[in-house]
Amino acid sequence: MYPKNLKYTKEHEWVNLETKKIGITHYAQEALGDVVFVELPEIGVEFEAGDSIGVVESVKAVSDIYSPVSGKVVAVNEDLLDSPELINQDPYGKGWILEMEITGGEEELLDAEAYQRLIEEE
Amino acid sequence: MNFVPHTDSERKDMLAKIGISSTEELFKDIPNRVRLERELDLPPGLDEFSLRKEVTSLSQENAHIDEYVSFLGAGAYEHFRPAVIDHLLLRSEFYTAYTPYQPEISQGTLQAIFEFQTGICELTGMDVANASMYDGASAMAEAIIMATTQTRKNKVLISSTVHPEYREVVKTYAWGRGIEILESPYKEGLTDLESLATNLSENIGAVVIQNPNFFGGIEDVKKIVELAQGYKAMVIVCVDPISLGVLEAPGKLGVDIVIGEGQSLGIPLSFGGPYLGFIATKEKYVRRLPGRIVGIARDRRGNEGFVLTLQAREQHIRREKASSNICSNQALCALAATIYLSTLGKKGIKEVAEQCLYKTHYAKGVLGEIPGVEIAFPANKTFKEFVVKSKEKINTINKRLFKAGIIGGLDLGKFYKELENHMLICVTETRSKREIDLLKRVWEGEK
Amino acid sequence: MKEKLIFDLSTPGRKAYSLPELDVPQVDLASLVPRDIVRQEEPELPEVSEVDVVRHFTRLSQMNYGVDTGFYPLGSCTMKYNPKINEDMARLPGFALAHPYQGEELSQGALKLIYDLDKYLSEIAGMERITLQPAAGAHGELTGILIIKAYHEYRGDFKRKKVIVPDSAHGTNPATASLCGYDTIEIKSNSRGLVDLDELKKVVGEDTAALMLTNPNTLGLFEEEILKIADIVHEAGGLLYYDGANMNAIMGYARPGDMGFDVIHFNLHKTFSTPHGGGGPGSGPVGVKNFLVPFLPRPTVEYDPRREHYYFDYDRPQSIGKVKAFYGNFGVAIKAYTYILALGGKGLKEASELAVLNANYLKEQLKENYQVPLDRVCKHEFIITPEKKVKEKGIHTLDIAKRLIDYGFHPPTIYFPLIVEEAMMIEPTETENKETLDAFVQALIKISQEALENPELLHNAPHSTYVSRFNEAEAARKPILRWKPNK
Repeated sequence: MYPKNLKYTKEHEWVNLETKKIGITHYAQEALGDVVFVELPEIGVEFEAGDSIGVVESVKAVSDIYSPVSGKVVAVNEDLLDSPELINQDPYGKGWILEMEITGGEEELLDAEAYQRLIEEE
Repeated sequence: MNFVPHTDSERKDMLAKIGISSTEELFKDIPNRVRLERELDLPPGLDEFSLRKEVTSLSQENAHIDEYVSFLGAGAYEHFRPAVIDHLLLRSEFYTAYTPYQPEISQGTLQAIFEFQTGICELTGMDVANASMYDGASAMAEAIIMATTQTRKNKVLISSTVHPEYREVVKTYAWGRGIEILESPYKEGLTDLESLATNLSENIGAVVIQNPNFFGGIEDVKKIVELAQGYKAMVIVCVDPISLGVLEAPGKLGVDIVIGEGQSLGIPLSFGGPYLGFIATKEKYVRRLPGRIVGIARDRRGNEGFVLTLQAREQHIRREKASSNICSNQALCALAATIYLSTLGKKGIKEVAEQCLYKTHYAKGVLGEIPGVEIAFPANKTFKEFVVKSKEKINTINKRLFKAGIIGGLDLGKFYKELENHMLICVTETRSKREIDLLKRVWEGEK
Repeated sequence: MKEKLIFDLSTPGRKAYSLPELDVPQVDLASLVPRDIVRQEEPELPEVSEVDVVRHFTRLSQMNYGVDTGFYPLGSCTMKYNPKINEDMARLPGFALAHPYQGEELSQGALKLIYDLDKYLSEIAGMERITLQPAAGAHGELTGILIIKAYHEYRGDFKRKKVIVPDSAHGTNPATASLCGYDTIEIKSNSRGLVDLDELKKVVGEDTAALMLTNPNTLGLFEEEILKIADIVHEAGGLLYYDGANMNAIMGYARPGDMGFDVIHFNLHKTFSTPHGGGGPGSGPVGVKNFLVPFLPRPTVEYDPRREHYYFDYDRPQSIGKVKAFYGNFGVAIKAYTYILALGGKGLKEASELAVLNANYLKEQLKENYQVPLDRVCKHEFIITPEKKVKEKGIHTLDIAKRLIDYGFHPPTIYFPLIVEEAMMIEPTETENKETLDAFVQALIKISQEALENPELLHNAPHSTYVSRFNEAEAARKPILRWKPNK
């Protein structure tokens, strides 16, 4: 269910430590429902792990995206501006949100198993 | 009089169904210590006939504009109101409905709001407008919050030619939200551009002006936009929607947010409310707009219709993260404005605006001839209001006018210390030449 | 059945207005308006006849559902009947055509109305004074919390940064707190659906500015420990704010002022029968205890018995300022004033009595076919949820709500309060008769049977309206928010 090659946060973001891409999890997109808008950060801005880096809106809910790691934004997924539904359709693929140059904070991340347990508790 | 249908036997039946003998048992969860053990101290209830008589007689203690010829404006205006407006507003499917949260049975309200949004966009030349705000003053405050959030700059420069009550409302909101408001002075009845340029800095998130301004003067909007843009400050302009029949749409002048008071669009004076705030902006700021917005949607059968949309901006979803707590709008006032704009149409709105201009111009000429009276700020172009300076006290003049059946203009000393003995006079399409001439004659002392 | 947009009904040259003739000399426009600010392009407003306007908006009205159409049990909104006399009184020329700046001498009727309504509402709420300035409930909340902020700051107390709200609160409460620069602390309700005193004690402290509460709360339950709650907050130096949305349950029975609340807002468009207007205008007067009177918005209306004269008092140095231009939604206040005079003290109490009777009557009869998560005596409203076996058919509250439309009823408030899953919040109000309530019960029972036998019927409801459920996600992704001319 939750890809083993990714790391996760308690706030339901995922990060791929190889491609440095970041998004929200399947669980998060399902809880939100149909995503209608994504507010992306500006390229070049630096964040600490846990900072709010953007917002995902659905018809009936809204959620902050928290940075899973510390680092600098190097790319954002501009396809989401036109097709925010990609987050629902393909949260780990075409629904990625941003890419970061990671400078730290990886040690706090959860692996797939730990994340799975977290969700089962919720 | 009460509006409850229960007969005694029905009450008994209902109590029996619940399994109790008295409604008192339904209030047992209210602790004795907070129970009101006496009757409310209010006048006894009235029958409908007596009620009508009593409230009507109270209303007769007020003067009103059907009885007097009024030259009073200052943010609340007498314009022609077509009879169709009230007849349609009294369709009770409109006025007894709630907010259109169930779109399948609220298409009437939703479509009317969509038409209102369109009308406001057409008048202002902006891309998007919301379903309305409480009034012009609160719309201004909300626009300021919007701009400071967008620019992440916490200081706002506001011209002192903005309606004084609007500035006071803005200050109240700003204090709550922690926004710093700086006032920029006026000179000769217009925003002083030199001071504005000096007061501007990189820290300013927005510049707020009113056009035509509180004195009726037409501001140099283009120049102000240019100055503000130099410091990446957003420009908020408060407009009189009627003036946009002749004045250029602010959207064409580079303005970022247009707000205003829509009372002129077919809404009665009602001693100051309910009125109609509106707010319009550029497409790119749409998700910063406060309040309700109606958009087109498609239903399951493929029909087009209308829904409340972009709701994730609003308090019922965003809760403490919402940038505004606004929940209701002024839907019925927005409906009145939509009916007004539909009735007047593109030609009518222009004709009303032109009549205001010409009649105001005429009044300026006539009043300027009165000995001891001069037009203040004579170099300024004005729309439907202007300022005169008199040797006589404004109060004395107004008392004389009132005896002759005229309600005079606003004593500006009430709001601007330096403008004692100045009167703000309003002339709309509803004033005739005869009435303007009468104003002059009575002013001069004719009995 | 679909009605074209008024803009699409436009025909160049058609006209629905007639204006007074221009009887002053027409001069060159260019001499009156600076050239670079003369409008270049006419706004694309419709050109239609008067009949077109009347038919268009009449048809739109027919696509609406109002209290005058039928039963409207929208929880938390108090959709009671709006007496017609109210409308007539608000349109009296002495009120509707009075200018806000015409001066005290010429406005004694309006000032007396404001002054008396202040007195009446103060008596009903157990408060000292009222301001009519706020235009709506949320606007009242803003005003009230700013008054509390002003009070703390006036005392030199700048350490209060937090507003506490229960998890059953209206969304406006936390949004209001933010607007006033406060952080919101949400506390969990206890198993009885009430404020949990231990939770409250944990979060209350010297940084507490206020607790915002409705009573009865949004579950329709009276906070029985209200005096203890008030003590806990007051001992910490915080103030108590009453969200008046649910005032219709307790008029003449209990007063927020006597419960320990310091500030209250009313919703005249709920409790006092002024119409909701399809979303407004409302009116949200704010009442305060004596020690907060100096902080009320300017101006207040006062009476000088010696001169028998009502007047505005602007000289209020501790006032929070103004929250709205002029004096509030006066036209709405007239309707509430008329209503209070019609009912009197006895009538208001009877209204609350029967609102609570109607709610309990409905609840008792719905128990068999719906779950009542907090089943005890309710006040003016209550919560039900679908039964387990209905939910197992994939039926949600939304489906039941939409199916109610087919039976000719407006659905209740759904998915609120947030703490009850699949909530339906039902508030019948006092103006509905027994037959209507019985018919509503029958419809809900029928729907619960339909849910088991033919769930698709509910999934696709409503069937009787000319539009069905909308794709709201698509509408929000590619928003179309206005008509555009073909150019």
